[in-house]
Amino acid sequence: MADTRPIRVLVAKPGLDGHDRGAKIIARALRDAGMEVIYTGIRQTPEMIVEAAIQEDVDAVLMSILSGAHMAIFPKVMELLKQNDVDDILVAAGGILPDEDIPAIKEMGIKGCFGPGTPTDEIINFVRANIPAQRLAAEV
Amino acid sequence: MQNIVERLLNGDRRALARMVTLIENETPQARRYLTELHQHAGHAHIVGVTGAPGAGKSTLVTRLVRELRQRDHKVGVVAVDPTSPFSGGAILGDRIRMMELAGDPNVFIRSMASRGSLGGLAAATRDVVRAMDAAGYDTIIIETVGTGQAEVEVMRAAQTVLVVVAPGMGDEIQAIKAGILEIADIFVVSKADKAGADQTVAELAMLLSLDPNRRKTAWRIPILKTSSIKQQGIEQLVDSLQQHHQSLVETGQLEQRAQRQVRSELQTLVLHAVMDALKAEVSEEEWAALIADITKRERDPYTVASELQARIGLKS
Repeated sequence: MADTRPIRVLVAKPGLDGHDRGAKIIARALRDAGMEVIYTGIRQTPEMIVEAAIQEDVDAVLMSILSGAHMAIFPKVMELLKQNDVDDILVAAGGILPDEDIPAIKEMGIKGCFGPGTPTDEIINFVRANIPAQRLAAEV
Repeated sequence: MQNIVERLLNGDRRALARMVTLIENETPQARRYLTELHQHAGHAHIVGVTGAPGAGKSTLVTRLVRELRQRDHKVGVVAVDPTSPFSGGAILGDRIRMMELAGDPNVFIRSMASRGSLGGLAAATRDVVRAMDAAGYDTIIIETVGTGQAEVEVMRAAQTVLVVVAPGMGDEIQAIKAGILEIADIFVVSKADKAGADQTVAELAMLLSLDPNRRKTAWRIPILKTSSIKQQGIEQLVDSLQQHHQSLVETGQLEQRAQRQVRSELQTLVLHAVMDALKAEVSEEEWAALIADITKRERDPYTVASELQARIGLKS
């Protein structure tokens, strides 16, 4: 029923890095926490990520990026989400994100930033706590 | 602002996506919306794709969609992956293979977790297909979870069933012959670039030749080889899909299959209603007490069942 439905999360790897062990660990941890995780694989463009988020009607998008392209890719994703009126989902990021970029990333509307070594429980709790309430409640 | 049903019927993808969520979560609104959507559905060709894990279903679906797009079909895909029986979570990975379809507004892909259903689909898959059908998709492909022997639920949701078999699974063909062999309208031997494909074709042909009913039906089940690497066999497969659909129409089978599906759907709906009525009538404490009485052999299950039936207004 609506109040106990599984949370749906898109785990996406934008950019050109070919290494997705971290993303897979997160996907697995979220699965084990009872969430439905759509994993898209590597080398996703911002357009592909937003399209998948729309079709899958996810509650959260988690992007993992290691290559340093985050300041080019994240704004594009956020802009496309806005263009498509997708304003009721949680967006968070992980990977190699230098400390000095984090204020700017949060400024874009990306709520959480998780670097290497973050305990998976921290991410699970963050996702559970930050899905906009209207998504899980109203369903209209 | 228009309501979600109108937006869906006008081709709004976000409305369709949200509708699917409502349906999956069995919300009361979904039931209401589906009653409206029912009259708008019934135009799509519904194709089921099933086969063992790793047989190449997702890759095949991707190629099918591409070929159907060449022929100007609007295509919906429902890809089902298993839910963990332990955590209730799921990893839905079918989109990984379908990456090349991204960016085409006439393709809509939705991943579904099986959520405890054991037949290879999710309980809500048929209703999700109905929503896509009403939204104007010409062909809707249902990809089942990787199946073993008995997950034949797809035959109650699809009009044309493809069973995908990868080469090098010689004994596996023996294993699938009971359940899955019987539901195939078309066999696909995938990965035909690999050694052993011809042998798999021969084994399937042999199994089909043993079917005593094979001469009684108008449709001869084809065995088609495809190779996604070499990009072979897909056009013939899509031709075959369309021929099968035409054959269903011409022989009246389409109607018969639809009736069979409606019958099973009605039964499921009524069963659910009975379960809901029972849940509303009997509290958890009462269940526990009844169960304790029966396990202690103070009462018997048949009498208790009759009493419960009477309480929810069922004749015994």
